[in-house]
Amino acid sequence: MTEYTSEFDDIPGTRVFTAQRAKQGYQLNQFCMSLMKAENRERFKADERAYLDEWPMTEAQKQAVLDRDYNAMLDLGGNIYFLAKIFATDGLSYVQAVSTMTGMSIEDYQAMMERGGRSPEGWRSVKDGT
Amino acid sequence: MARITAGLTTSHIPAIGYAIDSGKTEEPYWKPLFAGYEWTKAWAAENVPDVVILVYNDHASAFTPEVVPTFALGCAEEFKPADEGYGPRPVPVVRGNADLAAHLAESLILDEFDLTLMYKLDVDHGLTVPLSLVYGQPDEWPVRVIPLAVNVVQYPPPTGHRCFMLGQAIRRAVQSYGEDLVVHVWGTGGMSHQLQGPRAGFINQEFDQAFLDRLVADPEGQARVSHLEYVRQAGSEGIELVMQLIMRGAMGPTAEELYRFYHVPGSNTAVGHIVLRPTGS
Repeated sequence: MTEYTSEFDDIPGTRVFTAQRAKQGYQLNQFCMSLMKAENRERFKADERAYLDEWPMTEAQKQAVLDRDYNAMLDLGGNIYFLAKIFATDGLSYVQAVSTMTGMSIEDYQAMMERGGRSPEGWRSVKDGT
Repeated sequence: MARITAGLTTSHIPAIGYAIDSGKTEEPYWKPLFAGYEWTKAWAAENVPDVVILVYNDHASAFTPEVVPTFALGCAEEFKPADEGYGPRPVPVVRGNADLAAHLAESLILDEFDLTLMYKLDVDHGLTVPLSLVYGQPDEWPVRVIPLAVNVVQYPPPTGHRCFMLGQAIRRAVQSYGEDLVVHVWGTGGMSHQLQGPRAGFINQEFDQAFLDRLVADPEGQARVSHLEYVRQAGSEGIELVMQLIMRGAMGPTAEELYRFYHVPGSNTAVGHIVLRPTGS
């Protein structure tokens, strides 16, 4: 791993979508893009497992999609703008979907945003604890 | 001779487009945000350029995992609003200026910026939300638009310094165009936000205000800030701020800040907006 890529590991709670992750998540993200077509959304909703099996994704990627585990999808190379096609298919907004990655309820997450968002304190650096 | 007479920056949050399109701008959540653009709407009605060069990023609409151009210039006669999965936004088709775009392509590539040239490009909320914020809901947009799409989705995006230099090159390119055109340059995206992982919802108001101060007064210094620092201080999607340095580069050495608005939140994001007038030659 390059220094450029590894330095991002010091940012708490964050998976930066590097060229390496893009390679890992290529098929997952391609599956997401397929949901831009209404007919594909219908087929996916009718039988999620069968639709996912049409894609050369890893089993872990497929399971993360079935579980709507967005943090796992990020770990496996997904990027939020591609993954947005999944939660759009589910009829969720960005706020609703994004809140599921934080361990907070949608209501608590929304209230945090209306109070000015997540404070940077303690979220800047793992190493420095700042 | 064509000339650049103004620049602006604004966030381009998709929920803002939804609020406009569904008539929710007077709701308590949205009202303060839209009130912050009233000054600009009045200013923009009095200062209509011939062309806006609009710097934005695509969000998995025109560009898929298959192609990731760092800088892509819209050279077509028109650009259709993209279907982002909910149907296209009900906004006018965006009309380009293919002659000026061809000149920009030639000038910028010979100036050693190896752009991708787009002769077909559907434009998503990154481009159409800023137009709606500034021009409202007209039947036709009052300006021609040349889109400049920047990759800020897959890392590494271009450096802030490269963006600033591209802006400077755009200024030279516009000034060498023979037709008498008034051009504005818009840099969109940001401010601090993060849409992923346990750190989602991250907002850093202090960093955002300091960024805007430096964007106006010390863009050379701001251009040297690393990607790591943006992610640390502005969130993983806050990296969009590098696009505003393209706008600033195009203003020339000095610029006057005519207006600033800052508001939290718009959906998951800090909303920032400034209007600039170049003061150099």
